[in-house]
Amino acid sequence: MNILKLLITVIFLINFYSSDLKAKNLGTEITKNLRCLICQGQSVYDSDSEFANSLKILVEKKLDDGLNEKQIYDYLKNKYGDWILYDPGFNKNTYFLWLLPILMFVFGGAIILRKVILKKKKL
Amino acid sequence: MKAKIFPIFLIITFSIIFYVFYKGLQNSNIYTPEIKSEIKIPSFEAKEFFSKDTINSDQIFTGSEFYLLNIWASWCIPCKEEHKYLMDLSKKENIKIIGQNYKDNFVNAKNFLIKLDNPYDLIFSDNDGTIAIEWGAYGVPESFLIKNNQIIKKIIGPLNEKLFSEIKELTQ
Repeated sequence: MNILKLLITVIFLINFYSSDLKAKNLGTEITKNLRCLICQGQSVYDSDSEFANSLKILVEKKLDDGLNEKQIYDYLKNKYGDWILYDPGFNKNTYFLWLLPILMFVFGGAIILRKVILKKKKL
Repeated sequence: MKAKIFPIFLIITFSIIFYVFYKGLQNSNIYTPEIKSEIKIPSFEAKEFFSKDTINSDQIFTGSEFYLLNIWASWCIPCKEEHKYLMDLSKKENIKIIGQNYKDNFVNAKNFLIKLDNPYDLIFSDNDGTIAIEWGAYGVPESFLIKNNQIIKKIIGPLNEKLFSEIKELTQ
């Protein structure tokens, strides 16, 4: 009985693994990281708008031309600005966005540390 | 003392949050990023609309006159509204109007031009919409005013009276 269960689990896992492999296509990966500019809130991969469909074709074309992932991002950033990327680079417009979590972390840590120290002093 | 700081802090925090969100209400929910106003035109290859000959972009934008690249389609309703402005501009000597037929059916597009007249000096087809992306366009209609291979004005959406007079002024 246990061997049967184990076998079924293994078969399941293998199936999951192979289905994951099929989805790993560079074009898909890239379009998932692009914002659809006319249907905001969706990635280009998820959208079926005219704009997104053209962009999917273009990404495939650029990949066929031998461009790598970063070159495609740079190319699109040049045309549409940082906004098209879901993962914007670090520059003067985005430094606050990137530093805010760290700042909050440090601030929160400081509060906790203070509390702990105060408690120890009381003891 | 400590008991008083907390409510004040809370009130200040909430008023800041309220202010930010209240301000945000008035903003447009469509965000269009700022782009450099003067950029070089892209180079691409396309098929001429009527003859289906392959043409290169440097063969289109050769002269030093003004070019107005207009992305249009027969299925696009705002394109019909802006058509009269394009007809007006086509009468001007120093401006050439180039049409980019976006994801369209050839027969429908031809009928569109027969019915509403053809303002374009040249039309090329963009069947899969990839040339529009080369231009950095979002969809139809969209127009680009070009001089010496530089985009000097980008118009998202249909032309209207205000934009029309602006183009006229720029091309004086």
